Amino acid sequence: MSDLSAFRDEARTWVEANAPDFLRGRASDPNAWASGGRKAPFIYPESRDWLLAAADRGLSVPTWPEQYGGAGLSRDEAAVLHEEIGRLALPLPLTGFGYSMIGPTLLDHGTQAQRAEHLPKIARGEIRWCQGYSEPNAGSDLASLATSAVRDGDFYVINGQKIWTSGADQADWIFMLVRTNPDVKKQRGITFILVDMASPGVEVRPIRLISGASPFCETFFHDVRTPVHQVIGEVNGGWTVAKALLGHERTSIGGMGRGGARASLPDLARDYVGVDEMGRIDDPAIRERVTQCEMDAMSYGLTIRRHGDGLEAGHKPGPESSMFKYYGTELNMRREELMLSIRGPQALGWEGEGFEPAELNQTRTWLRSRANSIEGGTSEIQLNIIAKRVLGLPD
Amino acid sequence: MASLVLTAPQNLLARTAAELVSKHGGVDRQRRLRDEGAELGFSPEVWAEMADLGWLGIPFAEEHGGLGMGMAETVLITEAMGRGLAPEPFVSAVVFAGGLLADAGDAEQRAAWLPPLIDGEERLAPALLEAGSRYGLDRVETRAQANGDGWSISGEKVQVVGGVGADGFLIAARTEASDDGLTLFLVPAAADGLEVVAQHRVDSRNSAIVRLSDVQVAAGAVLGDVGGGLEPLGRAVDRATVAICGEMLGLMTESFERTIEYLRSRSQFGVLIGTFQALKHRAAKMFIEIELSRSTVMAAARALDEGSDDTELQVSNAKARCSDALILVTNEALQMHGGIGMTDEHDIGLFMKRARALEFAFGDAAFHRQRFARLRGF
Repeated sequence: MSDLSAFRDEARTWVEANAPDFLRGRASDPNAWASGGRKAPFIYPESRDWLLAAADRGLSVPTWPEQYGGAGLSRDEAAVLHEEIGRLALPLPLTGFGYSMIGPTLLDHGTQAQRAEHLPKIARGEIRWCQGYSEPNAGSDLASLATSAVRDGDFYVINGQKIWTSGADQADWIFMLVRTNPDVKKQRGITFILVDMASPGVEVRPIRLISGASPFCETFFHDVRTPVHQVIGEVNGGWTVAKALLGHERTSIGGMGRGGARASLPDLARDYVGVDEMGRIDDPAIRERVTQCEMDAMSYGLTIRRHGDGLEAGHKPGPESSMFKYYGTELNMRREELMLSIRGPQALGWEGEGFEPAELNQTRTWLRSRANSIEGGTSEIQLNIIAKRVLGLPD
Repeated sequence: MASLVLTAPQNLLARTAAELVSKHGGVDRQRRLRDEGAELGFSPEVWAEMADLGWLGIPFAEEHGGLGMGMAETVLITEAMGRGLAPEPFVSAVVFAGGLLADAGDAEQRAAWLPPLIDGEERLAPALLEAGSRYGLDRVETRAQANGDGWSISGEKVQVVGGVGADGFLIAARTEASDDGLTLFLVPAAADGLEVVAQHRVDSRNSAIVRLSDVQVAAGAVLGDVGGGLEPLGRAVDRATVAICGEMLGLMTESFERTIEYLRSRSQFGVLIGTFQALKHRAAKMFIEIELSRSTVMAAARALDEGSDDTELQVSNAKARCSDALILVTNEALQMHGGIGMTDEHDIGLFMKRARALEFAFGDAAFHRQRFARLRGF
């Protein structure tokens, strides 16, 4: 305990000394969060300063080993660091798929050479990653994917189409699932492979969503060549790697349920709904929903904590990520719906006059949130996984 | 907050508790006691064995003759009792009444009541609820009038858990000088003018009406300060609430596991009903609710043990969550069992009946959401 409080002092001092003033209090501004990369400019130059200052100390990826650009912190120390960053309402120095998904996956399943090639570039924000899993005919039934990879000497030649590739238009590399054997049970013929997006034959088209934004793309592969040493894990053993990565993805998506740096629901309700003579939210139905949301978030946060304590104590990670993905996203969506109810007609703005920037942002985040229960495996798929792998219910 | 993972000694305690409950017949014992119309509603020999194991002294400091363990351990006992529907009045007599006495009582009162309570020789019962109380601790009409050096108490308490056969009662009353406060009294069951009448509740547990007509007690019967009862009472209620949450966790886990087993063994239309997605998804949602409930109970128990600033929030969060989850799980358990679940012969009904008593103990989910909102200033 005393070790942690010493570490907290150290972390606080470092954050105070290195966080750019401009970013303080901007945690809820999506433009302040940096994923790095060769193509995507930093929207605020301060985000770059913050990332590089952190990367110099290994703190952009605090739990990774030092040899790969991390600081080798324990989970508890990293949590303390993030609390100290959160205390000033700062964005984390680095975010994105490299940090949250392919990085942890390479640490688990990559060879030393693969880690050495890719991890330091993620840590310094030099390379941005995207994910090539879903296909037009392989959504919830992911294992039926058809994009093919055929060996040709020291290369694989890839043909096919991926969809819902988040940020493909801004990414430098893609980690993807390809079919390397069409003649076996569908899960057994899949390989996990890394491809440079600058390779000839890669084409990206953004998809416009109901929120007006285009965070996702269609990505086409025409005779794209990638070296065989970019295969992660075994050839035809990609499903195992894919599931491990989905675990990281679900935990990361599910994390949104905790509320974190988001606007405080009770404050928002007091502002828009008003307060009664006793200082309470002046609408019993809204007050009840706010309370329920806050209590659910508290219970969910405790459960994530308990799970983490279990890992620390040596418990094996199981299919809990499905529980977190399901509950975290459903909770976040309920929160977004509630924020609409709280703002009422002021939540209807699309652009232009008559609406505050936060209100316009609200419309978009609500629409964006509707994907939470679809991406990374739908809520229904998560419930299926729990029923099968945790409860042992028959197929 | 301490780790939300059980330590090795805690795991051992949980296992021992489970073994004790099943050794004495598990749910069958509750059924047998009910069918026999047993006056006590529980088994004195099990109570004695719990005393031998030291469990009746779990929450008390070693200086009072207890084991000096905390709520983190107490909820392991109540969870095991919940799983097997063990009807011994552990929460009411030990956690609540004993805890209140240890907290608010003076040296003489503790010396008089705690050792026999811990040894299993004498039992205390908290007598708080009145017909009009609902969940308000201060909704009390029982009155205590100063009478010479002592007091004269009159009123009627209902649903006094463990009241039948209790040796003493903790009674909350109003005094003239304390219209805004409550005074707690320790009253021996043998006192003149005190009458105990058995009540019959849906869960078949020991429950009584305690009528007091001009019951005379000495000045030394006051627990703590005259008019100052509400505060220690609130603390005791919070501890008892979390102990109850442990029992709820046991009930929901057991009824859920029995239901999953049924889904894996019952066939209709030529297939196991556990293959139906309509049931799978509901089962998975129940699993999540139970996992969340477990986290809240462990956190609330640790908050009480550590005296955290957010203890009351954690307690209300746990009770609200467990109440909602337990009602969901027991109702779904019955539905998924179908017609057989409606029969008295099947155990699910016993779980469902006990669940309602636990839901309403110390405030239901709505009550605790309101309390949470009030504490957070919503």
